Amino acid sequence: MIQDKSWGSRLFDGVNIALLALVGLVTVLPFVHVLAGSFTTTAELARKQLVLIPTEFSFDAYRYIFSTSTVIRSIGVSVFITVAGTLFSMLLTVLMAFGLSKKTLRGRQTIMFLVVFTMLFNGGLIPSFIVVKSLGLIDSYGALIIPSAMSAFNLIIMRNFFQNLPEGLEESAKIDGAGYWSILFRIVIPLSMPAIATISLFYAVNYWNTYFQAVMYINDAAKWPVQVILRQIVILAGALTADTTGWAAEDVLPPAQSIKMAVIVVATVPILIVYPFLQKHFAKGALLGSIKG
Amino acid sequence: MTMLRTMRRDLFLYLLVLPGLLFFLIFKYVPMWGVLISFQNYSPYLGLWHSEWVGFAHFDRLFSNPDFFLLLRNTLAINALNLIFFFPLPIMLSLTMNEIRTRWFKGAVQSVIYLPHFLSWVVIAGISLIMLSESEGIVNGLIAAAGGERIDFLTNPRYFWGVLTVQSIWKEVGWGTVIFLAAIAGVDVQLYEAAKLDGAGKLRQIWHVTLPAIRNVIIILLILRIGHMMDVGFEQVYLMMNGTVSEVAEVFDTYVYRAGILQGQFSFSTAVGLFKSVVGLVLVVIANRLSKKFGEEGLY
Repeated sequence: MIQDKSWGSRLFDGVNIALLALVGLVTVLPFVHVLAGSFTTTAELARKQLVLIPTEFSFDAYRYIFSTSTVIRSIGVSVFITVAGTLFSMLLTVLMAFGLSKKTLRGRQTIMFLVVFTMLFNGGLIPSFIVVKSLGLIDSYGALIIPSAMSAFNLIIMRNFFQNLPEGLEESAKIDGAGYWSILFRIVIPLSMPAIATISLFYAVNYWNTYFQAVMYINDAAKWPVQVILRQIVILAGALTADTTGWAAEDVLPPAQSIKMAVIVVATVPILIVYPFLQKHFAKGALLGSIKG
Repeated sequence: MTMLRTMRRDLFLYLLVLPGLLFFLIFKYVPMWGVLISFQNYSPYLGLWHSEWVGFAHFDRLFSNPDFFLLLRNTLAINALNLIFFFPLPIMLSLTMNEIRTRWFKGAVQSVIYLPHFLSWVVIAGISLIMLSESEGIVNGLIAAAGGERIDFLTNPRYFWGVLTVQSIWKEVGWGTVIFLAAIAGVDVQLYEAAKLDGAGKLRQIWHVTLPAIRNVIIILLILRIGHMMDVGFEQVYLMMNGTVSEVAEVFDTYVYRAGILQGQFSFSTAVGLFKSVVGLVLVVIANRLSKKFGEEGLY
């Protein structure tokens, strides 16, 4: 690039950098606004609307939402379905992908077609609802895990990854008398840790974000995951239920806007924590080969 | 004899595939078969075997219902806006990103713009509501500070489709670049060198080298997009919907949910869903044919 420092090329670079900086800023500012707003006092929020760095710190909004059991319980539910769901999803996905990665398996193409076809056509909402209902899953955490346990997309990525592993390793293990089981656990899985980590995180994010499944299948408010509670508070502007324990009557309630912002932050933080690990892997182009089933 | 032996050798592999296969059969294929109830007056007590068959009665009812055109209009309008304003953006953004030589800057921008993809629609809708609120929202605060009139973004039907489009762009545009950046990374560097020797500037290199190289990816994504012309993200619309905008907000997916789950009209709403799925499948097939006709690779 040393020889290429003409005026035009510099202008080109400058415009690109300015453009991307703007895009990045537009993406990040809403988060900063919400984060700052959640720590702000009533007075400051009322005085100026554009709060990016609060001058008067206040943890009232957080104290308030954690004084009720509603939010805490819903976080517990979400953590449970995220952990249990991801384990269940990965078990099914890894086993099936490994089986389908063996080119000698008869009927492999048919099964792959069955999987890919589900990406193009589906029976729709009501027939799926009837299936879940007739399995007796309504109002159980299973309804939030089992019907969404596998994604055709993730399965295909996993299978492609297994297929691209060098065959020689497996062959030599076979000569040493290893069966498929030990090949899977001693060779294939250890070699596939980047793909396994990425897909686990994809599943985990999905479970954490579960909203509509819960609206459809869970009527018992005590079993609602955090996204449903988030909607109650932020969008329907519903007050937290009266099971408030640590909030004395004489205390002034924090501003409604701050409470909403604090709940959004709480529901987003787990994603922010796993995000760096997630990002490390997915950009590596492992996904490219998979858009064509 | 040989077949029996291969079957036995593969038995273990079949056992590994089985749980996943059962998942797809139970949760994807049984519902496909379940669409039969759209030709019945399905009653949960009688079940699929004993409910009364009514032919195309529910479809007649759908097509003669004035709501049908409303649903079709809203669904297509939201998707058309998406196709026009959203679809080209990730391509343009990845072309821009590809020209950045400062690696830390590129990495930082990528980290930031991929993030919203991983947030739930509830979070996105919540942030939108907070920012766009007429009295308290920061956007209206800025408009008022600049001397303008406050705008009722959330309750005025005129802005609803626009708000959805902007939301979709904000959430997914960065993630949309992943696939294009991977495709661009695969372009042979020698092609650029050759173009440079021929005197091509940056813009002409993009036009003659980069774009043709990723054309196939663009077309595949376009076919998939067209196949989803009848789908509107249920969660997004459902969360942003309110009484004053329902005329422009009701789409097939929200209608199926209301008629089916909330009002218990299982057969009718399944008919609505089936109509939608079949049109989607037909659109994919047509788009694929067209792309092959013009000498492109296509999806299958």
